[in-house]
Amino acid sequence: MTPVKKFLISPSPHLWKGPSVSKIMYLVVLALMFPSGAAVYFFGYRALSVLGVSVGAALLTEYVCRRMRGHTFVMDGSALVTGILFGLILPPTIPLWTVAVGAIFAIAIVKEAFGGLGHNIFNPALGARAFMSVSFSLPMTTWVEPTGFGVDAVTSATPLSGLSGWQQFDPAAYQAMFLGNTAGSLGETSALAILIGGGLLLGLRVMNWRIPVIYVGVVSLLALAFGQDPLFHILAGGLMLGAFFMATDYVTSPLTNRGKMISGVFLGALTMLIRHFGGMPEGVCYSILCMNAITPLIDRYTKERPYGLVERARSAG
Amino acid sequence: MNESGVRLKKKSSPYGVKVPERKLTAQRPIERAPLPERAIISLHQNIGAASQALVRRGDRVLTGQKIGDSDKLISAPIHATISGEIAGTTMVINPATARPVEALVVASDGADEWVQLEPVENPEALSPKEILDRIREAGLVGLGGAAFPSHIKLAPPGDARIDTIILNGCECEPYATSDHRVMLECGEKVLSGLNIIRKLLSPETTYIAIEDNKEDAIEHMEDLIVAMGFKEDIKIVPLESKYPMGAERILTKLLLGREVPIAGLPLNVGVVVHNVSTTKAIHEAVVEGKPLVERVITVTGAVNSPKNLLVRFGTPLGSLIEYCGGIVGKANKVILGGPMMGFAQFDLGFPTMKGTNSVVVKEDTIVTEQCCIRCGRCIEICPMHLMPTLLAKYAKAGRYDQCKAAYVDNCFECGVCAYVCPAKIPIVQYIEMAKRELAKRAAKK
Repeated sequence: MTPVKKFLISPSPHLWKGPSVSKIMYLVVLALMFPSGAAVYFFGYRALSVLGVSVGAALLTEYVCRRMRGHTFVMDGSALVTGILFGLILPPTIPLWTVAVGAIFAIAIVKEAFGGLGHNIFNPALGARAFMSVSFSLPMTTWVEPTGFGVDAVTSATPLSGLSGWQQFDPAAYQAMFLGNTAGSLGETSALAILIGGGLLLGLRVMNWRIPVIYVGVVSLLALAFGQDPLFHILAGGLMLGAFFMATDYVTSPLTNRGKMISGVFLGALTMLIRHFGGMPEGVCYSILCMNAITPLIDRYTKERPYGLVERARSAG
Repeated sequence: MNESGVRLKKKSSPYGVKVPERKLTAQRPIERAPLPERAIISLHQNIGAASQALVRRGDRVLTGQKIGDSDKLISAPIHATISGEIAGTTMVINPATARPVEALVVASDGADEWVQLEPVENPEALSPKEILDRIREAGLVGLGGAAFPSHIKLAPPGDARIDTIILNGCECEPYATSDHRVMLECGEKVLSGLNIIRKLLSPETTYIAIEDNKEDAIEHMEDLIVAMGFKEDIKIVPLESKYPMGAERILTKLLLGREVPIAGLPLNVGVVVHNVSTTKAIHEAVVEGKPLVERVITVTGAVNSPKNLLVRFGTPLGSLIEYCGGIVGKANKVILGGPMMGFAQFDLGFPTMKGTNSVVVKEDTIVTEQCCIRCGRCIEICPMHLMPTLLAKYAKAGRYDQCKAAYVDNCFECGVCAYVCPAKIPIVQYIEMAKRELAKRAAKK
């Protein structure tokens, strides 16, 4: 006889497939290494210190908040993602203590106060950036030309804030914007690095193509409609980073593919409306935050039609 | 390939998932498992009503003798699977309902003495009623796993017109190879049984759906269809191997583009789906007069030598596993059925039943459920187009009315949602809980 043995009982299915939550998060971290690498290449020590402070403060805050709420701290990688993303959307010259304040706000207020991973309404990094632009508006709008690890930077305008500068741009300037050799937030300047990282996540099917592709597509179409250069609008400002790494955040974007497409359209429209008619040069951050707020509404109206649903008479409905 | 005109174009679905196939026993011929010393025969092995015992302790029974029956419409009689003496009754858990049911224990006399079978010379001459009676008396239920009494499925209510029969040879559960081997080794019986139900229902079209990971079975069935002269009537549809393509609602949609209404049956849209092992048993019941006392079960996974076994119902799992050389390594889970929809068992004395198509032994660990990160993977692949993560969320919070409004009853618990979930949420368990609670409430009203 087979010796008496204790067997494991659990509900079906008895097979699981990866990736786990933490594997997804670490894949995002891996993808973010490309824009982070570009940030360090173009902005040198400043990029390193901003990212370091942001990540450190985010992780520490996550640890403290989880313990305060009576949970165990699991290194699931989500705070790491928030830390890196938050660092990437800050100007290089930002005082480091404000970075720490922002990262604490991102985790403690935007994420954990709403229930932690999976429950937050707003993207933590973007929520904190909105907080920063209100609280520290001057350092948040002070931009420098990239100088790598070399001499001290010179204050400059970003391509978008350079007012209607888009009309006179020459190919060299476009190339600089594509590679990232221009003034702007640490991780937003290099479209190339974002494309590599985003492409990696798309290829691994961690990221759904619908939001970034439709978002960028709608921005280009509207730029054309407004008689402006679509390429400029794609390469300048935070569109690429926002479309690939912020708007696609699982937790704050709609559940269904239809919902994601609707979200993409609205994101593009809002961004262009803010850029074109608004008082701010950039609209990516607030567009995504707005769409985060109405994600539950989109979810409500984009439920899947169940298999076998027989149309009922209106009166019965 | 394809020159016979029997094989149609391959079909595939955007829903469902690729699961590891692990068909360890695909090339292993069916072997007869040793008869059990004591057969534990549950009196409730079908969807619908349980049977009442027709024999008493101390009675001598023969193999194939009816020992349980019910006068309820949706029921199927139970037969002794070995000859011997009724040693008493015991309780076993019905895996599908998780409730204890009565079972008869037959102590073998080692002789395996059969009742007198009543074969028919010319099955063509039987009337539909005679055929249905023979199917019911043989205790036939759907052998794909759901165990729905076959005679009910084959006698659609008056207003239902069946225009299509689908013979299901998909076998999409990982590990399982019993249907595969039945097609390869008993293909003639499978087709003969199929022909009997074609006579009953006179459909316009008959399809055999087989997943493309069983190319040998597709070819074999193709040859048999030609050899048996069904070339004009029966077509084979190869399917991309994906889970859960073998579920009848999914097959109906995939092959015909028809959706079975919620809470309805395929017959509501003119379709009847039968499993290949069931039509083999239909042939045996109608032509040979043989009651359903055994079936092919794949005993596989972490056992020394995985096998396809012809097993008498009531044989304890433990003796099958032992016959396959025992459990290997650190395997700690015994699953009745496949790994996607099967039931984990804690007791190796648990008997096999009509609905058991495989016994899978594997190693498993306890996983911790995390919070949903709203990645939407479960929604993207749900073959019933539900929102599994929301159903789980509502059920977890006790909001069963919301589950109902989100069509929780439409779920047939295939498990693909939980399979792909990065947060390892036991979605199926939450859905089952919601269904149970809703059923309880409905019963109170």
